[in-house]
Amino acid sequence: MAWLLLSLGILLASGLAAWVLRRESIGLAGALVGCAAGLASAAAPLMTGRSCALSLPWSVPYGSFHLEIDALSAFFLLPLFLVGALSAVYAYGYLAPYRKSQPLGRTWFFYNALVASMALVVTARNAVLFLTAWEAMALTSFFLVVFESERKDAREAGWSYLVAGHLGTAFLIILFVWLGSRAGSLEFERFGNLDSRAAGMLFLLALIGFGTKAGFFPLHVWLPEAHPAAPSHVSALMSGVMIKMGIYGLLRIYICLGPGPAWWGWLMVAVGVVSGVLGVLFALAQSDLKRLLAYSSVENIGIIALGLGLGMLGRSLGIPALAALGFAGGLLHLLNHALFKSLLFLGAGAVAHSAGTRDIEHLGGLAKAMPWTAGFFLLGAVAICGLPPLNGFVGEFLILLGAYHGACAVGHLAAAGAAAIAAIALIGGLAAACFTRAFGIVFLGQPRRRHTESIHEVGWSMRIPMAVLAASCVAIGLGAPWLFASADRVLGPLGVGAGSWAGSGARGCLLGLTLLWAGLLAVALAAAGFRRWLLGGRPIGEGGTWDCGYDRPSERMQYTASSFAQPLISLFAPVLRTRRELATPTGYYPGPADLATTTPDIASRRLFSPAYEAMQALLARFRWLQHGYLQLYVLQLAVTLLVLLIWKLG
Amino acid sequence: MNAWSELILILVILTNLLLVGGNRLTGLIRFAAVQGLLAGLLPLLAHSQALTARLVFLAALAVALKGVAFPLLLGRALREADIRREVEPFVGSEFSIFVGISLLAFSFWLSEWLGIAQAGWLRLMLPVGFFTMMTGLFLIISRHKALTQVLGYLVMENGIFLLGVALVGEVPFIVELGVLLDAFVAVFVMGIAIHHINREFNHMDVHLMARLKE
Repeated sequence: MAWLLLSLGILLASGLAAWVLRRESIGLAGALVGCAAGLASAAAPLMTGRSCALSLPWSVPYGSFHLEIDALSAFFLLPLFLVGALSAVYAYGYLAPYRKSQPLGRTWFFYNALVASMALVVTARNAVLFLTAWEAMALTSFFLVVFESERKDAREAGWSYLVAGHLGTAFLIILFVWLGSRAGSLEFERFGNLDSRAAGMLFLLALIGFGTKAGFFPLHVWLPEAHPAAPSHVSALMSGVMIKMGIYGLLRIYICLGPGPAWWGWLMVAVGVVSGVLGVLFALAQSDLKRLLAYSSVENIGIIALGLGLGMLGRSLGIPALAALGFAGGLLHLLNHALFKSLLFLGAGAVAHSAGTRDIEHLGGLAKAMPWTAGFFLLGAVAICGLPPLNGFVGEFLILLGAYHGACAVGHLAAAGAAAIAAIALIGGLAAACFTRAFGIVFLGQPRRRHTESIHEVGWSMRIPMAVLAASCVAIGLGAPWLFASADRVLGPLGVGAGSWAGSGARGCLLGLTLLWAGLLAVALAAAGFRRWLLGGRPIGEGGTWDCGYDRPSERMQYTASSFAQPLISLFAPVLRTRRELATPTGYYPGPADLATTTPDIASRRLFSPAYEAMQALLARFRWLQHGYLQLYVLQLAVTLLVLLIWKLG
Repeated sequence: MNAWSELILILVILTNLLLVGGNRLTGLIRFAAVQGLLAGLLPLLAHSQALTARLVFLAALAVALKGVAFPLLLGRALREADIRREVEPFVGSEFSIFVGISLLAFSFWLSEWLGIAQAGWLRLMLPVGFFTMMTGLFLIISRHKALTQVLGYLVMENGIFLLGVALVGEVPFIVELGVLLDAFVAVFVMGIAIHHINREFNHMDVHLMARLKE
């Protein structure tokens, strides 16, 4: 616990010092040391399963400074501090172009405070403290999103993020007040013992409140706005870690409420399937690289929700193996997503940093100029598609195994199991298409615009974080069979006893698969070495790609991002509702033609915009009250007071 | 002593009616100053107990601020803004006086009806307090010029002061100081604001500032 307090102290103090003294290096050093101390605080609970707690009185009503690190909290602290430290290193290089135009100390303060507030969110055990940390997290990240506040889109994204965050927090306040009024205290450990109807309502409140932060469909609308607007290292931290705070909150409330009826699990599975499929579909239709990644986060949150939903079903129906596999799969995918999504965001940031644009349609052929970034991005893309032997596969495999197990165990679970399996298969396929498109169009082929020729590889401070994240992806992918002991400890707070895995065969399966991948990898490496040996000493020439016999191919004759995605998009047109603006060539000597496609978000277009317009129309009816005449305002006040006086006394 | 208090209260009523009926701004400021002076003196006479140093200090402060400082500040604002009359008020002079008399009647009725009227000369104090407050409100509501509105606030403050003396007897020192300070700051700020508004817009017609909404 001392490590955690040390970490929080260092993060806040260094952030403040960086702001006041205008020294970025203080912010960076503080972030690194603070994150290292934070990792140390998470180590013991993860290794031994023992939790440590600290409770100090606090002058705030109903509040207490009650912190606890159990294995579940520690599990969330792990990616937080890892990604936090790596993104900080990356930021140092990434922010270089902004250094001349504005003081950056402030940014470091908000960054370090964001990391600290998230650490407080996962360790707080008092509702007042939790909500305070939650709000601090929302505000610091808001200030980071509007980093380029001179740009209109950044400001708008910031506002939509702030509004969405506060709508979610409103639900959380109702949730905690309700829980607290039943328990007579706002300490987490006192929550619980509720009748089933109240528990169900509370679960729904938590699902909406925390789901807004997590980005469940259709509450995700802030995500594709805020992530592209934020600087890339912030996007990495937000998408990799911050949206998981929503999942953490949901799990913590789930622990307080107890196993609950089966419909909780069904609801989570449904939410997961909808978020996953729609998320990846919209990702496929985007042309902004970071927007694509943001939608992909919605997809991955869906997969996580799917796994957790299966786990909840397992708890409710008393199938320990299903509970263990579902929760473990969901949580492992959560950790994995934190790693490869931040890797991809850092990669996208490197591309934007060096090419000056995030529009996929303008990019191309970057692999030659930026081999390192291309390699890391490829690795992240492979991992996020859930392809073996990387980490994305392991989490999804556990969820699939759980779904299969559940489908076999109880008759009426077959539907859930089959739906989950089908959904993950569909999501996986679409994700593969999406990231093939993203990687292929950005890094392969020829540059699609002339101005992308001055592209260069990014500096070491930006490459090292990507390398570490990539290495972690490989390590988890290959080391999965040895993670089961830690997994037992993490699942403990969720009510999954050690040894629930027995009978699922997960461990044996994973061990076998890992050996297979290791073997295949060895063969591939050997083949590559053999090829190198064969080519050694011979001249190697480079020529143009096969050009279909056409004499003068130009870069404009390549696949574009839209054309690559077009078959899938037209297949799912009823959901995506992509708008096409096509100006066809006319006349005997055709002039220029033009095609533009945009895919606006279905939830914001069909759900939130109409709702807001209706609200605005309703409130506009009261606009006559705002007439601007001071005299009439005072008259209104006086008359109201007089009427109240007469009413009260009369 | 009672006779003196009653005289003062009647004078307050008269100043109220003059404020309601008048439209020369210098005159209005003068009436408000007289009213402030009278209201400040009242606590000295209202209570039969011996004159404590505190009471005297309070009265001196009230007289100094309401009778001297505010009128000077407002007079300065007036000179800078260079206007003399309240032209075209929302409610004309005659009708204003009629409203003023109605308010007076209403105040008497209200204080009877509230059932908190006290015996003796205090019977008069409560309705006068109400009347002064309502006069202030009426000035704020019915006049165009920002300066008249400041006067309205001042008159309202006088009313609150009178009510306080009537109901609580000796108003707690701190409370009264606070109210005085509030009014002082308000007048000060309004004086500056009027100056700036006048410079920016070439008028200080609050009515026309409705354009500023949104």
